[in-house]
Amino acid sequence: MKTKPGFSDWVLIAGLLFLYMPMLILVIYSFNESRLVTVWAGFSSKWYLELFRDEQIMGAVWTSLKIGFWSASMAVVLATMAAFVMTRLRRFRGKTAFSSMITAPLVMPDVITGLSLLLLFVAMANSIGWPADRGMLTIWIAHVTFCTAYATVVISSRLREVDRSVEEAAMDLGAPPFKTFMLITLPAILPAIAAGWLLSFTLSLDDLVISSFVSGPGATTLPMVVFSSVRLGITPKINALATLIIFAVSLAAFVSWWLLRRQEARRVALLRQEVADTESTDFSERRIKAVLRINRKPVQQGLTTKTE
Amino acid sequence: MKWLSLLANKRLLIGIPYLWLLLFFLMPFVIVLKISFAEMAIAIPPYTRLFEYVDESLNIALNIGNYLFLAEDDLYVNAYISSITIAFNSTLLCLLLGYPMAYAMSKASRQMQITLLLLILLPSWTSFLIRIYAWMGILKNNGLINNLLMSLGVIDSPLIMMNTNFAVYIGIVYAYLPFMVLPLYANLIKHDASLLEASADLGAKPWKTFLTVTLPLSRNGVIAGSMLVFIPSVGEFVIPELLGGPDTLMIGGVLWQEFFGNRDWPVASALAIVMLILLILPMALFHHYQSQELEGRYEN
Repeated sequence: MKTKPGFSDWVLIAGLLFLYMPMLILVIYSFNESRLVTVWAGFSSKWYLELFRDEQIMGAVWTSLKIGFWSASMAVVLATMAAFVMTRLRRFRGKTAFSSMITAPLVMPDVITGLSLLLLFVAMANSIGWPADRGMLTIWIAHVTFCTAYATVVISSRLREVDRSVEEAAMDLGAPPFKTFMLITLPAILPAIAAGWLLSFTLSLDDLVISSFVSGPGATTLPMVVFSSVRLGITPKINALATLIIFAVSLAAFVSWWLLRRQEARRVALLRQEVADTESTDFSERRIKAVLRINRKPVQQGLTTKTE
Repeated sequence: MKWLSLLANKRLLIGIPYLWLLLFFLMPFVIVLKISFAEMAIAIPPYTRLFEYVDESLNIALNIGNYLFLAEDDLYVNAYISSITIAFNSTLLCLLLGYPMAYAMSKASRQMQITLLLLILLPSWTSFLIRIYAWMGILKNNGLINNLLMSLGVIDSPLIMMNTNFAVYIGIVYAYLPFMVLPLYANLIKHDASLLEASADLGAKPWKTFLTVTLPLSRNGVIAGSMLVFIPSVGEFVIPELLGGPDTLMIGGVLWQEFFGNRDWPVASALAIVMLILLILPMALFHHYQSQELEGRYEN
């Protein structure tokens, strides 16, 4: 339809360059021999070796991965329930409060969430003696709370698209609600649950402010280590770490891009097949269609000439 | 499996996420509100109790001193004003850059849209901290931009970009741009193309069609994107801390300093409560849009 790129296309290209240039520069300079980050002194992979030897960073990576895994897993369970409540149940008392509490964490500034959760944990420790000390458990609770909000948005948008009539048919045939959910709804929303899990996992890995508030001396996550070293200035080791993160994320993105594209290609092929099928129907039907097409043509032409 | 089928019970289905959110989302705010009325004390935890049983009677010591303190001190008032100004300008910049991007995406072919969507999403999956860190190497005095400009002979002495509000703007726009583009794209993609054709058929020029049809229809997307950028930017801590300078005053940093530096929990709580009150209107706007999305009701 369109031949030459318009204004918005140029902005899109500029915007993408803006998004990717800084990361590209980080990747290039992670292979820099020199400690001075901005002066190129030859290719070297020594910063990667130093990174892997850094026990503090490696320990923090492991802590972050564990917290991320368990936070994402709990968040999708809560989010699936919440999304089901939001999309399938009719109004109940407290539904407005429920939906507010689901969406509010999406935009709540991190410093407020972190501060308020820490004060809750302190108050709980004082009154009921639990949690006795802050660490991985308290970070997990905090992460589950905000990840649930994001995962609910992802899962509920898929849940809305699921054909309700299949669920209703299953129930009409006598399947109890839970069985209907397990056999019909769950398989249909599984991709969205996977997407919600991945989103929660990355959000949990990425969080600095909330973790800093609710963590104790026992648990240091990766962003906390990175932040304290970055605050002092630029270190090539962090460039190497950044490159590894960018590489891992790009790989995951490429795989999902490939899967989505294949799915799309299959959909297009299916549509073509359908068109081909209808065209190979018997002669009389084709004649009727041809007549209809001829009859329609003048009208269409009339419209197009008017616009141009 | 038997215990799992219990979850199908409607009460449990609502109850479990509800309780979690009540306990770990709503309760914390009640406690912040409570502590904001307490006084700082040298104790563990470092604040006074509001309710005390003395001689079998309940003493309630409500102390609004923290709020008066915030209103009297220029530092806090200025921090709020400058946070909101910086967040507002950044949101505007994101909108100006993000709208054409989302528009171009929505006009691309379906195959291309998937690629573009992933390209927009990919940066937000990598570490936020590291993306801000990347700008430190670019903007600093002996950083890439200055080195490049000086070797080309455009400038003699380095431009001071790092540790200024300029760097903070770059950081916020860079970090939050995907949050602007995605809701806008999700909105623009739903528009009925026949409306544009109708407008063109009736003789409207493309820019007039855009102003009278596309822009009003995308109102919800603009609101959602703007709120997703504006609200977190107001409380932003990491970006001003890493890219900002001594002149950059933002409420997130002040709160952090008050809590971790001065260990004044009551004042930090009062700061948080005032920030929440300032953000209530934008949050309500966002919630209005988001709950429509959640429940699948659309205006257009």
